Amino acid sequence: MKDLHQFLITPSQAAQQHGPNDRIVMSSRVRLARNLREASFPGWAKKPERVKILETVLPAVSALPEMADSFAEAMDNLTALDKQILVERHLISREHAAKNVGSGIVLNREESFCVMINEEDHLRMQALRPGFQIREAWNAIDRLDSTLEKKLNFAFDNELGYLTACPTNLGTGIRVSAMLHLPGLVLAEQINPIIQSVNKLGLAVRGLYGEGTEALGNIFQVSNQMTLGESENAIVERLEKVLSQIIEHEENARQTLLEKKPKTVFNHVGRAYGVLANAHSISSKETMNLLSLLRLGIDLGSFPGTERALVDELFLTTQPAHLQKQISDKLSAEERDLIRADMVRERLKSVSRPVTK
Amino acid sequence: MQCCVCKEKPATVHLTQIVGEKMQKLDLCEDCAKAKGITDPTSFAMADLMLGLGASQELDPAAAGAELLKCPRCGFSQADFKKSGRLGCPECYQTFAEGLGGLLKSMHKGVRHVGKAPEALRKSRETGDRLKLLQKKLNKAVETEDFETAAQLRDEIKILSGAAPAKIVK
Repeated sequence: MKDLHQFLITPSQAAQQHGPNDRIVMSSRVRLARNLREASFPGWAKKPERVKILETVLPAVSALPEMADSFAEAMDNLTALDKQILVERHLISREHAAKNVGSGIVLNREESFCVMINEEDHLRMQALRPGFQIREAWNAIDRLDSTLEKKLNFAFDNELGYLTACPTNLGTGIRVSAMLHLPGLVLAEQINPIIQSVNKLGLAVRGLYGEGTEALGNIFQVSNQMTLGESENAIVERLEKVLSQIIEHEENARQTLLEKKPKTVFNHVGRAYGVLANAHSISSKETMNLLSLLRLGIDLGSFPGTERALVDELFLTTQPAHLQKQISDKLSAEERDLIRADMVRERLKSVSRPVTK
Repeated sequence: MQCCVCKEKPATVHLTQIVGEKMQKLDLCEDCAKAKGITDPTSFAMADLMLGLGASQELDPAAAGAELLKCPRCGFSQADFKKSGRLGCPECYQTFAEGLGGLLKSMHKGVRHVGKAPEALRKSRETGDRLKLLQKKLNKAVETEDFETAAQLRDEIKILSGAAPAKIVK
């Protein structure tokens, strides 16, 4: 068995991945839900059937050219910490992290494809790209799906399209999503009307870890909700339009804030720097929210010579499981807060106080 | 009006979402609204909420024999769907087709798939679509007693269904 931690790219490498508009769009993702025609859905199948499905699907996925050098494993072979790290990397869902016997994961070396086996559907195939690249992600997962359908008999109905465990995913089985950093809209108190109008277009806005999570660190996920009655291309196109508009609104909000309320902005950024650079105990939540402001400060030129990647790396390494992984002893939440503060202080040593003109 | 979640207390929070030409409505009591996190009605996605609700997950009870219906392939029942909001197997979509119709209409843009199809089925899918269209035209031609067109259409259908013998899914 491959060691997951040897396999995963380091947080610093992950933070160095760049894509178009990554100042605001942190990452893009397209996932397709697929099921085998002759089997019960994972939530209804008994353990032996799930194991059988896994034994069929896992080798088929691993044999794909895109997955030539991959980490392919049954979920019961992963520790709770491993799974949590995969969640913090946004490679698997929290639901999938709760799975054991009969579920699996196939992740390629570049971490641009990750397939969850027996999550809610037999296959949840995802293409991941840094920055604003939903079209590229769709093209990539479309190709992977077309290769895989030659080997696996997918459940498809002429009227209803690809059949999924939950009727909400029926049809195309597609979810196109982007993770957005929107501190400007939050500070300018424009985020709620934006979310409202995005909802009106039939798109969902969620927090950092998907369904039912809060928007820590001013990070929001925007995705389509409807999957039936609209083609994949139309959905991707609609998302592209809406995301471009949100990007524009965020840029405008930042510009307006700088012009009209520079003191408010510099106050937020300065205080965030002050706490992060000097705290001796800090929670994961507070860290996220302050790192978000630091990231904004970098975007606005308050920290010349400091790259956004530093913040993006800390976004990862300060998460509970990533922190736990670096320290061999089992840590309590309080101990984690101390170590987290130590780590952030250390990393910010090389970052000078924010400059304001 | 009763709360559509707990079905006990009176509904005081009323939500309406309009997507395209479709309108969805929810009526909740104060407590359920809080429990669902709707303190700010502008900041949630209605579909997320609806899916968390038992009320909207019910298959249409008016569908014939709905209560007793069980999927012949996997044994899944309507009660199971009410519990989880998920179906048992791909065949369930046929088993519960009648009851699912309304639900699909309320959650999606349309009720017919548009977009990608597996390569192997793409051809029969296109043929199926064409056959349906021809059949419609044929019916019309017969109705209007345009027998010349009807004969032509009949021949066309014969050739087409011969080319794809019984390979039409559903």
